[in-house]
Amino acid sequence: MGPIIPVHGISEEWNLLIAFLIGLGFGFSLEQAGFSSSRKLAGMFYGYDITVLKVFFTAAITAMLGLIFLNYLGWIDMSIVYVNQYYIQSAIVGGVIMGVGFIAGGFCPGTSVCAAAIGKIDAMFFIGGSLIGILLFGETYSLWEELYNKNFLGSLKLSSVLNMKDGVLALIIVLMAMVMFWIGERAEKKFGREDIMKEV
Amino acid sequence: MNPYLAGVLLGLVLLASFYLTGRGLGASGAMKSVVVYGMDKVSEAHVESSHFYSKYVTGEENPLKSWLVLEVFGVLIGGFISGAISGRLTWKIERSPKITSGKRLIFAVLGGALFGFGSQLGRGCTSGAALSGMAVLSVAGFVTMMAIFGTAFALAYFFRKNWI
Repeated sequence: MGPIIPVHGISEEWNLLIAFLIGLGFGFSLEQAGFSSSRKLAGMFYGYDITVLKVFFTAAITAMLGLIFLNYLGWIDMSIVYVNQYYIQSAIVGGVIMGVGFIAGGFCPGTSVCAAAIGKIDAMFFIGGSLIGILLFGETYSLWEELYNKNFLGSLKLSSVLNMKDGVLALIIVLMAMVMFWIGERAEKKFGREDIMKEV
Repeated sequence: MNPYLAGVLLGLVLLASFYLTGRGLGASGAMKSVVVYGMDKVSEAHVESSHFYSKYVTGEENPLKSWLVLEVFGVLIGGFISGAISGRLTWKIERSPKITSGKRLIFAVLGGALFGFGSQLGRGCTSGAALSGMAVLSVAGFVTMMAIFGTAFALAYFFRKNWI
């Protein structure tokens, strides 16, 4: 019965080894997806390369369906699987700030580490910037503390908000992703930039 | 690699993380550990009195000996292995020919700083909040995803010289 580590109480050393191995797979798949290139990532927002959309949603759907099946088979105790806590304001404001950072800097934290690993100097500067940003948040935390803790709604699931079964919601998300992939593929044909794609 | 295939691979890694540990992937959390570790070295009193830093230090435990730090160390090695296999290991400042390398690096630092700041306010970045959050169907995951991508789309026009 999963999740293995919390259910079976695995030793600290094993836990950290597993963390490293999962990270290895994470970094490998990000790099294979082409996420070690800022201009490829940014292509999403100009339509010339929608790899981000394809990889991000395929990955989310794969894991989402996997969890639904594991739960159906009784192989995982979903009550101890972490569901992100929802604070309305901080999720939106934080997300908007991250969005500005994404289009200005061309990476997100995970992809910047992966790009730095293959020698991208812009990614190394991005990581440096991220550390500065986190430090800045830590030093000015008292200013944001109220916003940070405002309107806490707990580990809220979209399926409970919409009063749907997880499986039904998953099906709708899969169908929506298919439509987005179709639109994205058309955008890639229309806005394609061979000059950029040759370089990245 | 075909992007859809890479997505499935990434999804399986994420699923393995949930199955083994009960939690998804992360990235900004490891960077926070580095900052907390650094601050703790500079001034322990400052860390203890801060409502933010103090949440992440427990007794004598080194904040760098954490699950996410080891995971992100794995990302670094995994990315390097993939780059080596695919022949992509080169020192490079990637930018549009319309801007100078210096400008690109300034934007990289500024963008990183905003992302780092936002990831703390939003309790996680694209990995921990958006991707992992969506996989467990959390509202927070969908909201964070839409806020990040929606904002980037909305502002793309103003940053076009950086990329196209």
